[in-house]
Amino acid sequence: MALVHIDALHKHFGSNHVLKGIDLDIEEGQVIALIGRSGSGKSTLLRTINGLESFDDGCIEVDGERIHPHETDLRALRQKVGMVFQQFNLFPHLTAGQNVILATRIVKKMPEQDAKDLAKAMLLKVGLQDKFDAYPDQLSGGQQQRVAIARALAMQPRVLLCDEITSALDPELVNEVLAVVKNLAAEGITLIMVTHEMRFAREVGDKLVFMYQGRIHESGDPQELFANPQTPELASFISSVM
Amino acid sequence: MNQIALSAILSNLLDGALWTIGLSLTAFVLGGIAGLALLFARIARNPVPRRLAQGYIEVFQGTPLLMQLFIIFFGGSMIGFEISPWAAAALGLTLFTSAYLGEIWRGCVESVPKGQWEASASLAMTHFEQMRYVILPQTLRIAIAPTVGFSVQVVKGTAVASIIGFVELSKTGSMLANATFQPFLVFGLVALGYFAICYPLSAYARILERKIHGSRAH
Repeated sequence: MALVHIDALHKHFGSNHVLKGIDLDIEEGQVIALIGRSGSGKSTLLRTINGLESFDDGCIEVDGERIHPHETDLRALRQKVGMVFQQFNLFPHLTAGQNVILATRIVKKMPEQDAKDLAKAMLLKVGLQDKFDAYPDQLSGGQQQRVAIARALAMQPRVLLCDEITSALDPELVNEVLAVVKNLAAEGITLIMVTHEMRFAREVGDKLVFMYQGRIHESGDPQELFANPQTPELASFISSVM
Repeated sequence: MNQIALSAILSNLLDGALWTIGLSLTAFVLGGIAGLALLFARIARNPVPRRLAQGYIEVFQGTPLLMQLFIIFFGGSMIGFEISPWAAAALGLTLFTSAYLGEIWRGCVESVPKGQWEASASLAMTHFEQMRYVILPQTLRIAIAPTVGFSVQVVKGTAVASIIGFVELSKTGSMLANATFQPFLVFGLVALGYFAICYPLSAYARILERKIHGSRAH
């Protein structure tokens, strides 16, 4: 049984049919790289997996938690799915440590000391153990994004979604974030990432999923697809970004 | 005849000013509580409270405060409620204040970036938890300056209560003007009284605004 199972997923934005029947199975421990041109539906697909976007038809199942079109109670699902955003979205009124602690306390009802220890461990994992008391605006973009990763990990999700997490960073800060993600992949965390970092996708990804006009146009082993794209659309996409 | 000493005028006006302050505080505190309830209704996900709150706000923002006071004061006695000028004024100004504060605060909540809602939602927080721990703490900082600024409008709004016979600063002024035949002096002093109450508030709002724009986000 796949950890994430997506079945015949359809979504419309008004008259715009953005997801046209997506089927995708993701096994535990896999690193999935979602690629494609802007407007191909890859971010929308990612956001439906934790309910930030609703969908019109089909179903999504994560670790036995099944959601149907227009579901409104998404709390159980969201406890299994963590998300890291392009714009970090740290809570600016809280320190890095408090950002990581907040949901573990109020959603998971973790005792205060446990939550604090966990937050320290998570910040250590992303290399920011000394920034526990720093506010987001005292951190660089790369550091903020690493805190955001620690915040998502502290909820112990089964899957971590990464939505173009390096796209808002200055070029010299991209690598520190990718290094953290690479470590997570090596630890066996299940990752689904929308990315423009093709080299990274090829190196770290277990499976590459190429979206084109609301459909999965091609998917498979990253090394193989990059070397040997089966469709002219993927070939032209690869040559335009590499 | 009519030789009312300046000291008597001043002491009467001071009494009136205290009633103005009392009425303003009452309207501001009660209106703030009701405004908070309106805010939650206004941003609820259920459309029913949202529309009810919107209707309420439109009625109170779309009619003159004077008419609202008349309706409460005279309407109350018509349907058998003997309502004192003080109670009518306090109720009318509370409703008026709540409609404006609710709307001011909604604007502040909406100025918090959408990413904050998404990040807190993806951490499995409920709507209430998102508001309580993520959105409102950020809103509070943004809301202080316009809220204090609006309190000036409440203070000036209390003058309207003089028309239904509530003896606050303006009403005291018109009674004194009639008794002394010195309307220019008396109303000049009345205006000074309002200014003395309002100026510190608006100056404070300005300081707060500068502080918030000039400082970091925490």
